Amino acid sequence: MNMKKVFAILLAMMMVFSLAACSGGSNEPAAEPAEEGGEAAEGAVQIHIGATGPLTGGAAIYGQAVKNGAEIAVDEINEMGGIQFIFQMEDDTHDPEKAENAYNALVDWGMDMMMGTVTSAPAEVTAADAYADRYFFLTPSASSTNVIDGKDNIFQMCFTDPNQGSGSATYIAENNMAEKIAIIWKNDDSYSTGIRNTFVEKAGELGLNIVTEETFTEATKTDFSVQIAKCQEAGADLVFLPMYYEPASLILNQANAAGYAPTWFGVDGMDGILTMEGFDTSLAEGVVVLTPYSADDDSELNQNFVAKYQEKFGEIPNQFAADGYDCIYAMYQAATAAGIDPSTMDHEAICDAMVAQFTSMTFNGLTGADMTWGADGTVSKMPNAVVIENGAYVGM
Amino acid sequence: MNKLKTMNRTTRTNYLTYILVIAAYVILEVMLKGGGLKAATKGMLVPICAYIVMALSLNLTVGVMGELSLGHAGFMSVGAFTGTATTMCLVDAVPNTALRLCIGIIVGAIAAAIVGFLIGIPVLRLRGDYLAIVTLAFGEIIKSLVGNVYMGVDHGQLKLSMFTNELNMSPEGKIIIEGAMGIRSIPKIATFTAGFVLIMISLIVIFHMVGSRSGRAIMAVRDNYIAAESIGIPAFKYKITAFTISAAMAGAAGALFGNNYSSLIASKFNIDTSILILVFVVLGGQGNMLGSIIAAAALTILPEALRSFADYRMLMYAVILIAVMLVSNNQKIKDILKNAAEKRTGKKLAEGGAADE
Repeated sequence: MNMKKVFAILLAMMMVFSLAACSGGSNEPAAEPAEEGGEAAEGAVQIHIGATGPLTGGAAIYGQAVKNGAEIAVDEINEMGGIQFIFQMEDDTHDPEKAENAYNALVDWGMDMMMGTVTSAPAEVTAADAYADRYFFLTPSASSTNVIDGKDNIFQMCFTDPNQGSGSATYIAENNMAEKIAIIWKNDDSYSTGIRNTFVEKAGELGLNIVTEETFTEATKTDFSVQIAKCQEAGADLVFLPMYYEPASLILNQANAAGYAPTWFGVDGMDGILTMEGFDTSLAEGVVVLTPYSADDDSELNQNFVAKYQEKFGEIPNQFAADGYDCIYAMYQAATAAGIDPSTMDHEAICDAMVAQFTSMTFNGLTGADMTWGADGTVSKMPNAVVIENGAYVGM
Repeated sequence: MNKLKTMNRTTRTNYLTYILVIAAYVILEVMLKGGGLKAATKGMLVPICAYIVMALSLNLTVGVMGELSLGHAGFMSVGAFTGTATTMCLVDAVPNTALRLCIGIIVGAIAAAIVGFLIGIPVLRLRGDYLAIVTLAFGEIIKSLVGNVYMGVDHGQLKLSMFTNELNMSPEGKIIIEGAMGIRSIPKIATFTAGFVLIMISLIVIFHMVGSRSGRAIMAVRDNYIAAESIGIPAFKYKITAFTISAAMAGAAGALFGNNYSSLIASKFNIDTSILILVFVVLGGQGNMLGSIIAAAALTILPEALRSFADYRMLMYAVILIAVMLVSNNQKIKDILKNAAEKRTGKKLAEGGAADE
C-alpha cells in the first residue's frame, strides 16, 4: 500500500515536471524569438531588459497585463531589425521580499536595464537596489513617490500618487461635482493610502466637504455593506474610490443592491473595470475615472495595439498593458538615440546614457502625447477624466 | 549508564548542530568574500538567517513547549518595526553600522519579549486548539495595530500617533513609520555575519534551556500537564518563560529581517508568514533544531530555485512540499533509515532511544 503511494507520488511528480517542461518553452514568446533573431542577425545590438511584477497571486492581473503589453512591443521592435530586445519578466507575487529575489535573479541573468516593477510596495525595494547598483529603471505603474524619491536613475511611466490624489480633488472642485464627498480606501495598501492622503489634503485647501471616510483592508475586501451604509447615511453625493478595480467592482455591485447611486470617482487603478470577467458593466454607468489611457482612443497607434492585443491574448488591454507597451518603446527610443551597445558598455555607462536621454527627450505613446520626464523621475502628461457611458469610456 | 548514553546523544546532536552551522557559515563567507556567489544567492543569505531564527523560536513553542502558536509573525513584526525604527533614529548618533544593527536587534527582541509576555498571560491559560486560535487572533491584532502607527522624529523629539497621521511634523522632521505604508528608505545594514551570530545565540539559548531544570519542567508539562502540576511544577510560570524567550527570538529575527530591506510594511507579517514558519518547524521535526534550520533554509531557497518553471513555480513548490511531507512521515522509509543508521553504528539502539525522536 505504501509502496503504491510512493509510486503514485513519483508518477504525479513526473507528470507535472513534463507538463512544466512542455509549457516552459511556449511560455516566453517574447524572449524566444528575440534570442533566435539575435543569433540570425550576427552583430546586432542586443539589450537585455529585465522586469519584475506579480505574475501569480492576488495582484497577478496587473503583472500579466504589463507583461503582455511589453511583449507586444518587444516583438514589434525585434521585427523591425536594428536593436534587438531580449525581455525577461520574473514573478514577485507583489511581495517586497520576493521582488528583491527576482531582482537578483535578473542581475544574474545579465540584465542591462530594467523595466521596473509593476506594483508600488515591491518597487520601493527594487528601485533602491537598482539605484545602488546603477541599473537604469523605468517603472510602468508603480506610482508611489517613494519609488523615485532621491534616485536619479528611476523613472515612472505613470502619474505619481500625489498627482492623482490632488488631481482628482482639483477636478471635482473645478467642475463642482459634489456637495458632500465620501472616501472608501484600503488602509493597508500604500497605493490607496498615498492617493487618499493627498486627496484629503488638497480637498481641505479647496474647501471640499468630506463627510465620511471608510476603510477596508486586504482581509476585509469582499464585504462593503457597512462602508456603503455609512456613506449613504452621511448623505454623500460623490464617493471617491482610490483603489484597484477588483474591490471597486464589488463596491459598485453592493451599492447597487443597497439602492445607493452617488457619483463614483476612481483613479487609474479603476481602469480595467469594464473588461473584468463576470462584471455587469451597466453597474459602472456614470463612473468617472481619472486615467491616462482609454482603449477606445481611435488613434492609429492605439487601434493597432488593441487589435494585436486582442488577437494574442483575447481581451481588451487596460492601462497597465499600455504602460508596459509604452515603457518598452520609450526605452527603445532612448536606447536608439543614445547608441546603447551592451557589448561595449557596462550597465553603469548604459544607465548614465539613458538618464541623459530620458531627462531631455519627448515621447509619444499610448498613454499620452508629448510626454517628458523631470530629473526627479516623474512623467508629465495630461490626466484625462473619462466617464463610463453605455459600457465604454467617453471623454469629459 | 543508560541515562549517560542518552545525555551523550543529546550533547552530540547539539555539537553536531553547532558544527554544521559554523561550517556552513565559513564556506558561504569565504565564497562571499571570494565573489563566487551569484547575486540571487547573496540576496537570500540574510532572509534565510532570519527565517532560521524564526523557525528555532517557533520550535521552542511548538516542539519543546508543545503548544501550537499561529501568530508568530506578529512577534516578528513587532521586532522588525521597533528594531528598524531604532536603527533609523540612530543613523547620526551611532555611525558604526554593526553596533547600530546590534542595538536594533536588542531593542527588537526586548519589545517583542514584552508583547509576548503580555499576550502570554491570557493565552497560556488556554490549551490545545483554543490556544492556537487565540494566538492567531493576537497575530492579526498586532498586524492591524502596527499598520496604524505613525512615528516621526522632529528636532530630536519623538512623536507618535495612532490611526491617523497627527504628527504635525516640521519640514525638517523625518517621518519614520507611516501607518500602512510602513517604514521606507531604510539603510540596509543587516549582514550575513549578524545573521550567523543570531542563529548561534538562539541555538545556545535553546539548547541550554532544554537541558536545564526549567527545560525539563517545560517538557514535563508538555507530556502530561496534570501529572506535572500534581508534583508541584508551576506550569504557567515555566510556560510563560519559554513563550517570552520565543517571542524575543522572533523579535530579534524580525529586526534583522527589517534592516535587510529598504522598505517594510506591516501586511508582510500576516497569517501566511506564520503558517510558513510553522511549515518549517513541522517539516524539520518538532523539537528538532537542526531539522528546523535545514527546513527553513531549503524552503526559502526552493521557490527561487524553481524560477525556471515560470508559471508552474508555485505549483511545483506545493507538489514538492506535499511529497516531502508524505515521504518524511512514511513509516517504511523511516524504518529503512533507522536500519541503515543502526548498521552503520553497529549497535542496536536501546529501547529508551526511541524517546528522543
